[in-house]
Amino acid sequence: MQRIGVFVCWCGSNIAATVDVQAVSDALAKEPGVVYSTNYQYMCSEAGQNMIKNAIKEYNLTGVVVCSCSPRMHEATFRKTVAAAGLNPYMLEVANIREQCSWIHKDKEAGTEKAIVLGRTAIAKVQLNAPLQAGESPVVKRALVIGGGIAGIQTALDIAEAGFDVDIVEKNPTIGGKMTQIDKTFPTLDCAACILTPKMVDCAQNEKIHIYSYSEVESVKGFVGNFTVSIKKKARYVDENKCTGCGECTTKCPMKNVPNEFNLGMDNRRAIYIPFAQAVPKVATIDPNYCNMLKNGKCGLCAKVCGAGAIDYKQQDQIVEEKYGAIVVATGYNPIKLDKFDEFGYSLSKDVITSLEFERLTNAAGPTSGTLLRPSDGKHPHTIVFVQCVGSRDTSGCGKPYCSKICCMYTAKHAMLTREKYPDTDVYVFYIDVRSPGKNYDEFYRRAVEQYGVHYIKGMVGKVAPRADGKIMVQASDLLADEQLHIEADLVVLAAAIEPDKSARPLATMLTASMDTNDFFTEAHAKLRPVESPTAGIFLSGACQGPKDIPDTVSQASAAAAKVIGLLVKDKLTTNPCVAQSNEMMCNGCSSCERVCPYGAITYVDKEFRMPDRTTRVRRVASVNPAVCQGCGACTVACPSGAMDLKGFSNSQIMAEVDAICQMK
Amino acid sequence: MQGMMISRAKELLQDGTVNRVLGWQAGEFVYDITPAVFESAEELDAGFVYNAFCGSNLSKYLIKETIKEGKILVFLKPCDTYSFNQLLTEHRIDRDKIYVIGIPCQGKTSGEMLKAKGISGITGIKEDGDNVIVETIYGNETFARADVLEERCRTCKSKKHVVYDELMGEEGEVLDSGRFDMVAKLEAMTPDERFAFWRSQLSKCIRCNACRNVCPACSCEKCVFDNPNSGISQKAAADSFEENMFHIIRAFHVAGRCTDCGECSRVCPQNIPLHLLNRKFIKDINELYGEYQAGEEAGSRAPLVNYTTGDVEPSIVYHREGK
Repeated sequence: MQRIGVFVCWCGSNIAATVDVQAVSDALAKEPGVVYSTNYQYMCSEAGQNMIKNAIKEYNLTGVVVCSCSPRMHEATFRKTVAAAGLNPYMLEVANIREQCSWIHKDKEAGTEKAIVLGRTAIAKVQLNAPLQAGESPVVKRALVIGGGIAGIQTALDIAEAGFDVDIVEKNPTIGGKMTQIDKTFPTLDCAACILTPKMVDCAQNEKIHIYSYSEVESVKGFVGNFTVSIKKKARYVDENKCTGCGECTTKCPMKNVPNEFNLGMDNRRAIYIPFAQAVPKVATIDPNYCNMLKNGKCGLCAKVCGAGAIDYKQQDQIVEEKYGAIVVATGYNPIKLDKFDEFGYSLSKDVITSLEFERLTNAAGPTSGTLLRPSDGKHPHTIVFVQCVGSRDTSGCGKPYCSKICCMYTAKHAMLTREKYPDTDVYVFYIDVRSPGKNYDEFYRRAVEQYGVHYIKGMVGKVAPRADGKIMVQASDLLADEQLHIEADLVVLAAAIEPDKSARPLATMLTASMDTNDFFTEAHAKLRPVESPTAGIFLSGACQGPKDIPDTVSQASAAAAKVIGLLVKDKLTTNPCVAQSNEMMCNGCSSCERVCPYGAITYVDKEFRMPDRTTRVRRVASVNPAVCQGCGACTVACPSGAMDLKGFSNSQIMAEVDAICQMK
Repeated sequence: MQGMMISRAKELLQDGTVNRVLGWQAGEFVYDITPAVFESAEELDAGFVYNAFCGSNLSKYLIKETIKEGKILVFLKPCDTYSFNQLLTEHRIDRDKIYVIGIPCQGKTSGEMLKAKGISGITGIKEDGDNVIVETIYGNETFARADVLEERCRTCKSKKHVVYDELMGEEGEVLDSGRFDMVAKLEAMTPDERFAFWRSQLSKCIRCNACRNVCPACSCEKCVFDNPNSGISQKAAADSFEENMFHIIRAFHVAGRCTDCGECSRVCPQNIPLHLLNRKFIKDINELYGEYQAGEEAGSRAPLVNYTTGDVEPSIVYHREGK
């Protein structure tokens, strides 16, 4: 029988307000095996931890139950505490009476009753705990960054700077991401390309960085310090090592009417293309959906003009397998599709555009060479209406419930730059709130209003209707003046909400990293561990974690890199001793566990067994590699005979917990 | 057929291909057929039986038999071959030590059905086209085979052998015999009706363990119900719900591995339709993960021990309205 000490934490008023902590410690004192039970305001404080240490010595405790917050929060803290007092750290159990009890209950009586049950459950488990020893596993000193936008680039550069190898996987033919499409960046108005392209070149030239462009992650196996990742290099039908990026092929290709995604379909490219002049790697790619040679076997012009002989129509997708110690997700964002917002007439008129399209129309490398012209007739617009929060802060279900964060600032930028370049243009901005909290952000917005005379109107646009004469009628309400407005506009710009890239969800499944309901990756702790995923070894960089502008993205990218470096400098990681083990006497050798093991930790061996009748029999039995096992427990439930068990979470411990919950009062 | 089988078995014993033959012999009553191992031509002549009562699935007996020295000949009906493959998948039997002869099956006659039709004093059975002729001490009675079939044979899933070394007679086809119709009826019930149905059936259980002992998927080295450390081992029922749990736990243990051979219901002395529990699992697996027949292919990865990113999300129970 264990000698168990119970320590009930008040967590200030977090627990004590909805749970009668005194009643809990009194009730648990009566449980079998409990020799000491107390409660205290903050168990995690030094004084609280000392109470535990002293009680272990004074009462000769062999097991400890702390009723407090989630074990995610303080299990490690209290394990250290009991270890400092000479107990095996795995003789500690944490009953979560905060997140799973006090925080979700209002009724103190019910909360107290549930806290007692949760405490009793932990006591039942600790009765069956056994001391466990942690092992070690090596760390592969190489990082993978998924996504080659500004977030991925910054993370990769910082990791490489610390001396570690890092690979970038980018699904597009070039790295650079959304920032390559942006014209100027707020609040200082530097040209995006001028500050981004040197970083892209740095990536390409850095010996420590390898770029897998036009590639996607196919599968992820393994665990922190030891991931094995399959990367699919999609066939680009051009030999990357031979192509010099001269661009000759892209001028000779006869397929001239391929919508150019870099300019958001506002102009055309050829079937063989280099996305833009500063692409990295600067290598041509053949679009198999449009190339005549690939579709019909007729043409072959690009191969004829290529001096380097780089064109290879027979190229196949290629799978590369690589090992990594850490993985950084930097999959970024996209503006939402606007087909659910017909009131803004996006599909009705070419002159209703998104803000990202506006960026292209003002960019010197864009379809109009930087002159602001209407897409429909190529004329200068004289009245422009900007509509903010299109699909953001939208609880109707059509859009996104969150604030996309970047739109207020870029709209102020667009309005300001338009007035600067074309002072004869009337610019209206319709907003719900203007949100500009950031260094020099509010000053920037005020400049747009005060110096540049942009008409900021609080209110939402109700309807956008294109007229036959080319004008666009905008009907809106001015909430401050309490009046209806009718504006004859030449161009309407919609600040579309942003959402995580579609590739993020399947990737999260592969990484077993959690996501929120909007498909943004979840942090390990919203405040204190913002760049780590709850899954060990997976880190978050940029807008995949939540809407971010460039300064925030770069800060977070560097923070993620710091966390990765902190992991990669370690030679070995302490492994979790809560691993599976097979009871060979009961194992059937059926392979069910081997098949469900996500880590490849289970193998089978033929082993000799003495039978009751003194004969020897060779049986096929499962064997777990404890250095590879991550303790997920999948094998224990797949095993039909119950031969597979998880140390620290054994079937008997779990049944004891269930029994304790089901026990009548 | 019986004569052909005996003479072929004798040949294989004679030429040393095998040293034993796994087949059937009559039990205390002629309709009470029992699996048996024969080691010589004399033993075959004296006891080997194959007739319309030979329902029992011989696959499971190979687990113990292939531990022994030498190769064994086994006669497998089409449905037995699925169990055979499943045991191969689970590494429970040694393929190299087995010689499989596939034998055709027209569906087996149920002793219970005959009893229900007032037949007693059975001394033999013969098959004649679509009829069976039951010999009794009161004279012969002829029945249309379809009227006296075992339940599982009325909803036979396949007349095709999925594995064999040689085949006797003609090969059949995989059938679509509406074996999930009764499951669909149960699904259509309200939860209360369904609970009442299963309570009325499972409360008949006397925990004789026949279902478990005959089940080819129940082949654990140590069954959890026999393991005092498992916490659910065989003991006097603590309450009236315990037999229900036994069958539910057993159905979970064989989920995804059950080939629907129907032995559990055939041997149940209380006539509990246990196969319906397993069929519910099979139907769900088919609907959620695509058609899958355990044992159709040796070494196949069953959906429940496989994972693809296209798998259904855990909210399926909600979307299926609890069915």
